[in-house]
Amino acid sequence: MSATPVLALRGVSKRFGAVQALTDVELEVHAGEVVALVGDNGAGKSTLVKTIAGVHPIDEGAIEWDGRPVTISKPNDAQNLGIATVYQDLALCDNIDVVGNLYLGREIRKRGVLDEVEMERRSRELLDTLSIRIPSVRIPIASLSGGQRQVVAIARSMLGEPKLVILDEPTAALGVEQTAQVLDLVERLRERGHAVILISHNMADVKAVADKVAVLRLGRNNGIFEVKSTSQEEIISAITGATENAVTRRAARTNGEIQK
Amino acid sequence: MSIDKTPAPAATEPAEKTAAAAVPAVDPRLLVREQGFAGYVGEFKRKMKAGDLGSMPVVVGLLVIWAIFTSLNGNFLTAGNFSDMSVAMVGTGMIAVGIVFVLLLGEIDLSVGSVSGVAGAAFAVMNVTHGMNEILALVLSILTGTVAGAIHGFVFARIGVPAFAVTLAGLLFWQGFMLRILGDNGTINLDADGIVVNLTSYYFSDVAAAYGLAVVVTAGYFLSAFLGNRRREAAGVPSRPLSEIIVRTVLLGVLAFVVAIVFNQYKGLPLAVVIFLAFLLLTDFVLRRTAYGRKVFALGGSVEASRRAGINVELVRISVFAIAGTFAAIGGLFVASKIASANQGAGTGEFLMNVIAAAVIGGTSLFGGRGRTWDALLGVMVIVSIQYGLALEGIASPVQYMITGGVLLATVVIDAVTRKTQKTAGRA
Repeated sequence: MSATPVLALRGVSKRFGAVQALTDVELEVHAGEVVALVGDNGAGKSTLVKTIAGVHPIDEGAIEWDGRPVTISKPNDAQNLGIATVYQDLALCDNIDVVGNLYLGREIRKRGVLDEVEMERRSRELLDTLSIRIPSVRIPIASLSGGQRQVVAIARSMLGEPKLVILDEPTAALGVEQTAQVLDLVERLRERGHAVILISHNMADVKAVADKVAVLRLGRNNGIFEVKSTSQEEIISAITGATENAVTRRAARTNGEIQK
Repeated sequence: MSIDKTPAPAATEPAEKTAAAAVPAVDPRLLVREQGFAGYVGEFKRKMKAGDLGSMPVVVGLLVIWAIFTSLNGNFLTAGNFSDMSVAMVGTGMIAVGIVFVLLLGEIDLSVGSVSGVAGAAFAVMNVTHGMNEILALVLSILTGTVAGAIHGFVFARIGVPAFAVTLAGLLFWQGFMLRILGDNGTINLDADGIVVNLTSYYFSDVAAAYGLAVVVTAGYFLSAFLGNRRREAAGVPSRPLSEIIVRTVLLGVLAFVVAIVFNQYKGLPLAVVIFLAFLLLTDFVLRRTAYGRKVFALGGSVEASRRAGINVELVRISVFAIAGTFAAIGGLFVASKIASANQGAGTGEFLMNVIAAAVIGGTSLFGGRGRTWDALLGVMVIVSIQYGLALEGIASPVQYMITGGVLLATVVIDAVTRKTQKTAGRA
């Protein structure tokens, strides 16, 4: 792992009118590292991701990219730096095939004409290197399962060779098998040296693939944990903001029942 | 709970990689097309089952319509009638090509009938009344359609008025505009030897023309398919079996020669048909092989995805409506050509409905994102066949409307059911 983080947020704050969405948030992501961003609803996860992706420029604080301070004021800035974001709604065209979707908006052309053969060859290559299995690169997206669509959306983000990939709840609404496929893909991104920010509500997913967990609570940092040395309960208590909460009460109750 | 991340697939990967150096690893659940002709037949059967009907319903429907009218009246399936129908369908067909573009966006353009009338009237006024140079008048009248379409597109895309409302207003406005420029006498006869009249009255009487075109089309299809396949093989991506290309080429060749023989039995190859085919080839190429066409399909699939992919949504929308207007004007000139005059009735009444019906009957989805410009050809063949068949029988237009309406309903039902079947078959 390199010493300089690919992306570092220093004291980032963001306001929307009367709402202080983010306050002094710190976050570091290194190359080849998966950082899970967790927090309850309204904790500021989405806002934080959107500031990085350039959708909402930050009000205060600094963003460092490879150690240099940068300003990200629009989505293009983020893309040019090498940040790819896969949002929850995948934004794929159902009626167009996998190759067409991968290259939508950046088609390879040869004398003004779409070079379908080259696009198909490269699509296969890309999907192979990511070990993505889909029935065919020439079937419309509508024919794919939710998990397959998710991996296609992630693969699409990989075309620009980004240094940092942000995945917004990639496993929400996926089945067990499909979730495993997406998690496999996340690990492959790490192996290939990409920095990954993974937003997730699912502790099992976080434990399975993340190296670090950054917890947000009410728009502030509430701890950054090494996944290996942290228990799920500790993360949950950081998310809920107390050691005494509904989850621990329930755990205590069931433990108590067992003891009886 | 932790997820086991070293399941069977990972373990078998290296073996697969070595065994399948040429053939990339595939999902075992994949219904891969087997190589060779058997695979082609299998794929065809599966597509039919999955509701991926393509042009099947309309081709079958067309054959049924022809069979019925032939049994009713022996004059229906004659070279003369067939040739006349081919020329008569070009005007409506051209406009339907523009409608296919708009339908691909999932929108509708109700103004094309009126715009086609304006183009015919504008040409007549400029050329006949004011004595303007023919070619200049032709170009200007087509541009009138382009501008009209671009205005509709602008109001729709930039201001955000639903396309239905914008083009409904356009329908009224342009119809009024046409009546206004035609003036009091209402009908302007075109120069009988002029370019525009010749659009539908000129035939290449030399038999070599029709046969030559058939040869060129067939050979052109084979070459492009064959060379495309060679490139795919060289790049190591799946290609069609040669047998499939040969079968398709032979089918196309037989069809092309039958049509050529029929044309040659009458007056020869009609110029109008050649122009129509050229535009169909051109628009099909634009839609399927250029980045622009991909954008049109993308917008029909998901506007949000298109926007995020960096597509200029407004510009594509405006351009599509401009294309629809342009084809409306071109079609309007063919309509004026057929009757050798511009009159007050041009582009009014059921004409608009026939145009939209042609695009939809041909198989272009009303829901956007699915269709080809060839659909316009198939659809307009159905419409014109019904018109001519009923006219031969001496059946009045009320019945004609009812039958065309029935056919249109059947088509949209097929469209909606197809979508459902495809969803359940997972191959929408």
